[in-house]
Amino acid sequence: MDDSNLLVEVKDLETYFYLDEGMVRAVDGAQFDIYRGKTLGVVGESGCGKSVTARSIMRIVPKPGRIVGGQILYHRASNGHGEEVLDLASLAAQGDRIRSIRGAEIAMVFQEPMTSLSPVHTIGNQIAEVILLHQGVSKKEARELSIEMLDLVGMPLPSRTIDQYSHELSGGMRQRAMIAMALSCRPSLLVADEPTTALDVTTEAQILTLMRRLQDEMGMAIMYITHNLGVIAQMAEDVVVMYMGEVVEQADVDTIFHDPVHPYTSALLQSIPRLGQKLGEGRRLASIRGMVPDPYALPKGCKFHPRCGAFKAGLCDQIEPEMLEVSPGHRVRCFLDAKLG
Amino acid sequence: MAHAQSLDNASVLLEVNDLKKYFPIKKGFFSTKTVGYVKAVDGVNFFIRKGETFGLVGESGCGKTTTGRVVLRAYEPTGGEVWFDDRDMGRVNVAELDKQGLKALRRNTQMIFQDPYSSLNPRMTLLQIVGESLLVNKVARGNELQDRVAELLKVVGLRSEYMTRYPHAFSGGQRQRIGVARALALNPQLVICDEPVSALDVSIQAQTLNLLQDLQEEFDLTYLFISHDLSVVEHISDRVAVMYVGKLVEHASTEELFTTPLHPYTEALMSSVPKPDPRWRTEPIVLPGDVADPANPPSGCYFHPRCSYAKDICAKEMPQLRELKKDHFVACHRAEELRLVGVLGMTDKL
Repeated sequence: MDDSNLLVEVKDLETYFYLDEGMVRAVDGAQFDIYRGKTLGVVGESGCGKSVTARSIMRIVPKPGRIVGGQILYHRASNGHGEEVLDLASLAAQGDRIRSIRGAEIAMVFQEPMTSLSPVHTIGNQIAEVILLHQGVSKKEARELSIEMLDLVGMPLPSRTIDQYSHELSGGMRQRAMIAMALSCRPSLLVADEPTTALDVTTEAQILTLMRRLQDEMGMAIMYITHNLGVIAQMAEDVVVMYMGEVVEQADVDTIFHDPVHPYTSALLQSIPRLGQKLGEGRRLASIRGMVPDPYALPKGCKFHPRCGAFKAGLCDQIEPEMLEVSPGHRVRCFLDAKLG
Repeated sequence: MAHAQSLDNASVLLEVNDLKKYFPIKKGFFSTKTVGYVKAVDGVNFFIRKGETFGLVGESGCGKTTTGRVVLRAYEPTGGEVWFDDRDMGRVNVAELDKQGLKALRRNTQMIFQDPYSSLNPRMTLLQIVGESLLVNKVARGNELQDRVAELLKVVGLRSEYMTRYPHAFSGGQRQRIGVARALALNPQLVICDEPVSALDVSIQAQTLNLLQDLQEEFDLTYLFISHDLSVVEHISDRVAVMYVGKLVEHASTEELFTTPLHPYTEALMSSVPKPDPRWRTEPIVLPGDVADPANPPSGCYFHPRCSYAKDICAKEMPQLRELKKDHFVACHRAEELRLVGVLGMTDKL
């Protein structure tokens, strides 16, 4: 991988939640890279830590969670002076530095546009707010830029929609408004946390097509978080698979789908019903046995071992596996011998 | 009726004719004036054969959930007939059953709900939840009830010891199993599954779908399977019907529908589903605009404003559901001429 295109390096990130019932290691040593202009897909099921990872990067982890270890190295391009590398994890969460980055250089789109947009402000006000905060322009100019952004995201009748409230818009339109807000300052990274999960499939197709087009036009990187393997296959160039706060496999998208090595990744791929695939008589999906473990009572050794088809007693239930490089760019957290055994 | 010719009456369990459910829109301070109607279900026709899984698919607001509820008379229908071949009562019109008849009907028809977190009473133990219908219908009580519930829990893969616990102790997937056990208690003929796996994690979806299929075989169940997820519907259904804004636009056997769809909306739906294979990246058919408003639908064919194949007639006349090929029904003026693209068999070409 060409390192001069590195945008964000997440190194050994640890984000823990301190709850009455105990401590939850929501992100427990996550490590991956995001490159300029490319899409990284982060896939996993509930409790895997993908959303908390995104919020850690944005430094908006809700209490009682906080980053307790690791680094988030942001390669910020300085105008004409090469780049500066900032560790976002070390910045004060409410401080000026992260605030100047958040919304302007790294922006986020959330799953539920209804709860992420303010119900008491017009769409125009919300987009203009971002512009006014980060760009030294007048209110009039901010409004014009907002209309431009709405047009860019394919919102019908932008000069009218700009004065509407979120409850007056459909789900797809609200999501477009949120994307307009996120992109108004031309960020170098867009973090998208399940942006289409709450949308109908035909609306989802519209939004995914829009995001691909905008990525091409703006050259921005996207960190696309979802549990939907179909969306990952269509949107991502590189993929990171997470389970219980850790990255268990990472590779380019083709390798993940056609040559997965981690038993969880392969099991996940085999368990989804795929459109257009005839499974013949007695069609059963190859399901993964058991369930995601209780975060307060994690299994010893490899967190996935109780559900693993390739589990090796004495090894997988005793020692936590490290990340191994299977081939350039393809890394797996697994005792591969156990898999061959 | 449109499908009269294809019916083999002996094997039909449920037959829905011109089913309508309109919800009044009320205005005024005391909500007294009715200013319009949301036509949630607007003249729907289909039939389900015994032992079959009939998939009902569509996007939000299409009326699929409402259809399921009206079939069970959880909502009162505004119009139409729901013929059910009840084990005890014979062939009855659910829409016209009296109180006694409904009580009997509900022994033989059941529902599994989408949200495993709100569909179980948090103040009832599993024994109470699963055993309630047995108790109310005087089928069992005391020790016998406990035995029956233990059996049911085992059938869905839960330990019988769990019966003393409350729903909050269980995960989403487990709760869904409890819902299934509850539905099976009285050995129903028909089970309406309303988005039973949509709220579950991917790996739990597979377990739950497998369970539903196993139970269908073991207990000779017939399913009306409602979902917005085409991949799941294709996987589990024998027949599939597509709904759009209260109308049924197409229905056929699963293989037939997914290989050769006849309605442009069906084609667009299939094309929109993101395929879990990076080597299969084609531009989906992107439908302009939003799903039509069931309180104020377009003239003629409800889908015409978004349809790339629309002609003048489409804006003027509502197309009727008709049997174009054997056992394949579609409501589209141009169905004969169009050559639409399906998905089944496409993975073979990769």
